[in-house]
Amino acid sequence: MQSTIAAISTGLTESGISVIRVSGDEAFSIVDKCFLSKSLEKALLKYSPNTVHLGFIADNNDEIIDEALVTVFKSPRSYTGEDTVEISCHGGILVTKRILDTVLKNGAVLAEPGEFTKRAFLNGKLDLSEAEAVMDVISSKNDLALSASVKNLNGALSKRVRAIRQKILDELSFIEAALDDPEHMSLDGYRDDLSDKLDGLISELKALISSADNGKIVKEGISTVILGKPNAGKSSLLNILLGENRAIVTDIEGTTRDTLEENINISGISLNIADTAGIRESDNPIEKLGVERAMEHAKNADLIIYVVDASKRLSDTEKIIDIVKRKKTIVLLNKSDLSTVVSEADIYKAFGIDNNITSGFRIIKTSTKDISENFGLEEFEAVLNDMFFGGIIGHNDEIMITNMRHKEALSSALSSLKLVKKSIDDNMEEDFFSIDLMAAYAELGKIIGEAVEEDLVEQIFSKFCMGK
Amino acid sequence: MAEIREKVDVCVIGAGHAGCEAALACARLGLETVIFTVSVDSIALMPCNPNIGGSSKGHLVRELDALGGEMGKNIDKTFIQSKMLNASKGPAVHSLRAQADKQDYSRSMRKVLENQEHLTIKQAEVCELLYEKIYDTDVTFNNGGSSEATREAGKLITGVKTFTGTIYECRAVIICTGTYLNARCLCGEAITYTGPNGLMAATHLSDSLKELGVELRRFKTGTPARMDRRSLDFSKMEEQLGDERIVPFSSSTDPDSIQKEQVKCYLTYTNEETHRIIRDNLDRSPIYAGIIEGTGPRYCPSIEDKVVKFADKKRHQIFIEPEGLYTNEMYLSGMSSSLPEDVQIRMYRTVPGLENCRMVRNAYAIEYDCINAKQLLPTLEFKNISGLFAGGQFNGSSGYEEAAAQGLIAGINAAMKLLNKEPLILDRSESYIGVLIDDLVTKDNREPYRMMTSRAEYRLLLRQDNADLRLRKYGYRIGLVAKDIYDKVVIKQRQIEDEVKRLKETFVGAGKNVQAFMEAHKSSPLKTATSLAELICRPELSYEDIEELDTGRSDIPLPCDVIEQVEIEIKYEGYIERQQRQVEHFKKLEKKLIPSDIDYDDVKSLRLEARQKLKEFKPISIGQASRISGVSPADVSVLLIYLEGKRA
Repeated sequence: MQSTIAAISTGLTESGISVIRVSGDEAFSIVDKCFLSKSLEKALLKYSPNTVHLGFIADNNDEIIDEALVTVFKSPRSYTGEDTVEISCHGGILVTKRILDTVLKNGAVLAEPGEFTKRAFLNGKLDLSEAEAVMDVISSKNDLALSASVKNLNGALSKRVRAIRQKILDELSFIEAALDDPEHMSLDGYRDDLSDKLDGLISELKALISSADNGKIVKEGISTVILGKPNAGKSSLLNILLGENRAIVTDIEGTTRDTLEENINISGISLNIADTAGIRESDNPIEKLGVERAMEHAKNADLIIYVVDASKRLSDTEKIIDIVKRKKTIVLLNKSDLSTVVSEADIYKAFGIDNNITSGFRIIKTSTKDISENFGLEEFEAVLNDMFFGGIIGHNDEIMITNMRHKEALSSALSSLKLVKKSIDDNMEEDFFSIDLMAAYAELGKIIGEAVEEDLVEQIFSKFCMGK
Repeated sequence: MAEIREKVDVCVIGAGHAGCEAALACARLGLETVIFTVSVDSIALMPCNPNIGGSSKGHLVRELDALGGEMGKNIDKTFIQSKMLNASKGPAVHSLRAQADKQDYSRSMRKVLENQEHLTIKQAEVCELLYEKIYDTDVTFNNGGSSEATREAGKLITGVKTFTGTIYECRAVIICTGTYLNARCLCGEAITYTGPNGLMAATHLSDSLKELGVELRRFKTGTPARMDRRSLDFSKMEEQLGDERIVPFSSSTDPDSIQKEQVKCYLTYTNEETHRIIRDNLDRSPIYAGIIEGTGPRYCPSIEDKVVKFADKKRHQIFIEPEGLYTNEMYLSGMSSSLPEDVQIRMYRTVPGLENCRMVRNAYAIEYDCINAKQLLPTLEFKNISGLFAGGQFNGSSGYEEAAAQGLIAGINAAMKLLNKEPLILDRSESYIGVLIDDLVTKDNREPYRMMTSRAEYRLLLRQDNADLRLRKYGYRIGLVAKDIYDKVVIKQRQIEDEVKRLKETFVGAGKNVQAFMEAHKSSPLKTATSLAELICRPELSYEDIEELDTGRSDIPLPCDVIEQVEIEIKYEGYIERQQRQVEHFKKLEKKLIPSDIDYDDVKSLRLEARQKLKEFKPISIGQASRISGVSPADVSVLLIYLEGKRA
């Protein structure tokens, strides 16, 4: 039987609360010995799973140490997959340590570093990359690395790797099926098809690998740029969204000469929003610079809010359209309170979009003149929600590779896929493709622990510094 | 009634393709062996297709031959057309297939059996397996005294009993009952309780097996109709000819001795009208009407299945193949069916060339008892029944070649057990036979298992052209391959290695004559001195082509099969190396053995499903454990960590 382990899960500093976690077959009976419930007399085992109970923790001399909340998790629905109790006490160092001592005296053993995570992995609660991400989170030196690790912990890397693996598997199974059933599965034209698909996979892998190389800094939030011609109402929009007069708004075209950046939160979605100078030809060197910056910003944006003055005819829009076309865009037909001369159809026409249900391109009628009325903020929120939760705009979809093991696996998978490309170029028969496809598939499997590795044991042992 | 009691070493039940190989292997290794068949006239019967080999099955035959099996030699004696399939594709998928004269094949194998020392043929139905229970003794000590408790640890086979009451005492039994156990044949509404071709079914053994604790299940397979050759119009079909130069299956057959005139096969197609008739009458098909409970093979489907599963296909291939030289019967490959006779004849007559066909034998489906081979060890011995082995369709496979391969391995391992020698377990990286058996005993197969190229993950190394290089050493070690035959392969191996080395180390300069040669062969000119091996690597150049540049080449030409290997090794070197790396990784896990006394309940973190599967399958290695469906990589990691802990 595995021992029941306990440790202080929060940092050992003076803090508001501290948490002592106890996990293992004996977790309930061990905590039972020191927990006096305020409301119920029965044993923790009898509590419903995932419930919180108020009571006191007493030491073995029945001396009360602290008032505490006890959270009961029943196997397998806990972090480790085992029966787990979390004792939240008042955060003094002395109190916390005394509670831990009591729990240890009652039969728990002190958990080794990472042991909860190790158990979570062994019990199938986390895959390898997630388990490693936990370790990375624990040992993160800065916020950035932390955020990347947290993302891996949430399974973002696993998800990406799984998706790529699935694509490779699809090709493998097609080739294999065609080998065995040439009557019903034809390989005619397949090489070109595969070659194209490989290009896609290769660039996906490259992107993942380069994120490890340059440790690209990705700010939290969707990078959003407000774009439009001068005096279309861009700055008013920013002010409305911010609920304050952050940007100077006048009726004079070209008031905003530089880019203003703000982080705002719209119904839970975080936007890094930039108001930019109106796009027009100008001789003024400062304004010109502003326009250039605006264009530069727009190129790197995840989302563009294109504000159009609906009361004026569309003109000189090429420059904007050129950029906006390739981006996820919300077009605001602003000043819709005035007599409008630009219709939604005009916009579609200007963008050359005939199918107006393109999900990455939305049009909303707004007015930024009067905050209280008709702004269309609700619709804007709804559209934003839809695009975000529909996965059209990602909450920065960069996944950072923080782990050397992952990087190595990605690199070998990449070179295997390149070898498949080479086989295609060398005009090799299709059955040769599967050797390297298989290798790429296996390499990627290492990241998420889907490939059984003989030396995995060692990896885990060393990573979690356990055993001996 | 006076009881007859005989005493032998091994009893083989069934004389089909599995039984023949099993019995020959045991007898050749010196064990007194008796082979039982319900009809001596049906030894090595080919009740379905009239050919041996084909995609991936040809590999099995080559491997069987390398290990000392008989099938390759027998087809070399009795084929009437031969063809290397997929010759335009990569060397891994080249596969030899020969049309057999069915009767000749059967007769020829019977002759081999009849003249084999230590082998007795007996026409009898075995209806009972005799056994003893084996007990483990647990001794517990308490208060200075000890108490003993016994528990049943398994069973031990001691003999068989025939329907007529004769008892054969033996130390090993190999079950190769094929499709005969509780068989019934279905042709639409007409059902007969017989084995294939109207032969007697074996109806008693199933009960005895159940009593032994063997779990049985029902599988089905089918065969198409046979037509009278005179009723077919071949002018509406495409002729299918054999190869000009015939390659034998067995490396002991002299290629020059088997060059002969070959028969023609023909190709025609079904059409929309055929499919309409089938669809309109599906309710009269025993499978779709629910009369057949057995599961059929997905990869050798009946025409009904094809029409249903490939609904968008406008036509399906039908190969018309002769059943032999002395018969007018023609086999309709690709059109097996269990529809009633009247539907059959209407459906067949829609096919071009078959408009006036007359059926000599109807198509029918056959349903039979077999096992899920997860009850077997990789040696093909039952996990809890010492001395009981099984091979062939009884294990849930389909196909003559699959059957023969298992029969050979079951025979070898029964013999190894009785001779107290190490068993033969081939792994997935060294043979198709290894893949076949590993799949059978490790995966939860739910339909008749057919060998396929795609099942072998390391197929570039498992080519049909190098089966002798891969496996002859095992045949020799076991004692089924004679020293002189083994020596030949050792010499071949050395010749290949020496020649590859020489070609890699011999360079030609970028001189005038060399560049002229390159130009003449439409190959780009050399920039620097280049090895001969690098030249052979070029797709447009071959070993033969570069002879004039290769001044160091021996005057006595190397044998063709050596040159073939040299070329493959050089041309595909990169791929072969990469595949070998994959194999190394695979081997590591295969070598991590799981002790047979492991208590999976003691491995705390295993998921319930994995624990159950591991207990059920009892894998012998981590590698095998990782292939069991229901055991996840995380479970295997848990197991690895557990074993690591035990070791420390």
